[in-house]
Amino acid sequence: MIPSSFSYQRAGSVEEALSLASEHGDDAKFLAGGHSLLPLMKLRLAAPEVIIDLGGLHDLSYVNDEGPYVAIGALTRHHDVEHSEVLARQVPLLAYAAGQVGDPQIRHRGTIGGSVVHADPASDLPALDATLVARGAGGTREIPIGEFFQGLFETVLEPDELLTEIRVPKPASGAWSFQKFTQRAIDWAIVGCAVQDGHVALVNMGGTPLRAAAVEAALAGGASSADAAAHAAEGTSAADDIRATKAYREHLARVLVSRALTEASSRS
Amino acid sequence: MKVDLTVNGKNITADVEDRMLLVHFLRDVADLTATNVGCDTTSCGACTVLLDGESVKSCTVLAAQASGHEITTVEGLATNGEMHPVQRAFHTEHGLQCGFCTPGMVMAIVSLLKENPHPTEEQVRNGLEGNLCRCTGYHNIVRSALAAADAEKVTS
Repeated sequence: MIPSSFSYQRAGSVEEALSLASEHGDDAKFLAGGHSLLPLMKLRLAAPEVIIDLGGLHDLSYVNDEGPYVAIGALTRHHDVEHSEVLARQVPLLAYAAGQVGDPQIRHRGTIGGSVVHADPASDLPALDATLVARGAGGTREIPIGEFFQGLFETVLEPDELLTEIRVPKPASGAWSFQKFTQRAIDWAIVGCAVQDGHVALVNMGGTPLRAAAVEAALAGGASSADAAAHAAEGTSAADDIRATKAYREHLARVLVSRALTEASSRS
Repeated sequence: MKVDLTVNGKNITADVEDRMLLVHFLRDVADLTATNVGCDTTSCGACTVLLDGESVKSCTVLAAQASGHEITTVEGLATNGEMHPVQRAFHTEHGLQCGFCTPGMVMAIVSLLKENPHPTEEQVRNGLEGNLCRCTGYHNIVRSALAAADAEKVTS
């Protein structure tokens, strides 16, 4: 399988990447690690005319402790998120989840920013309370992750806007868990779940990454883990597809949320 | 477009289509056909090579992205006719059956042992989650990786 023809441009700086994106508009796509975009292009599900390769923008690969939050450059590879000492100390949930993405080869190429902007609801990087920083011709803006995802593979970013940084607030406690159910090791999650300090996020239970609001409300109201987990499928819209029925996904959500809450409280 | 790669220590400059995949560059331009195309969907790992010393699936990297970087294929592992410790371990432990996945398995293990020189069996199995063996000969592949680690001679 070979992608449709395109023109390859390698950006030497963020400014150059933005200027190429303004020039080509909707015809262009940014390429980070390429592990979401290239497979789509090989299947001809995506056929951009211009590829703007961001692979040389090494200054967007970093994990920095910024006091109340950890700043992660958008081009930081899953491998580097997984092995970051700062994240291991401050946000172990994220380091662990990054280590669950794909396989070692994929983690050597794929980036956290590429994964977030690809907006696959089955992505292993769950929507807790991050803030996303994007740069465009009009300047820089900060977007709460809850407002970022618009639908399947769709975000609020403009075609000429580039995600540059992900800011993850330091959690209040070590009460975290990440659960993922797959049939084969490298599959996307059929359902996944992340828990951090009573915040509960679901992977692949709708068109976008979701917060399990009913579980969070039950926990805030003093419910036990088991009682709260029973609400895991409320407000979700899981798909019925070749890999699982909607009812099976809803069952998995309840089971995984229950396991995650139990594991998180054992860590707190 | 013009690309300029170092493959197994040798500089290769070529004019290729912008959309050319690294695996096709290796097989068709560099004439190194040990790297196989298996699933062609980033799943099976048969096309695994090292890019700047780390395992990647060359069916999901553009030759253009690899321009300016160093690639190692299984053909580049032996030195002066001496097999690399991972290759030798596959020989002594009978780590292959049909051999189709072997170049990718060997490169994935070289990368794994570089990051973790003394893995447990579980770490080897997790580390090879991106490589499929169609003969299902996993036990001896894992044994080969552990034997290579024991040899403590992995240098690349």
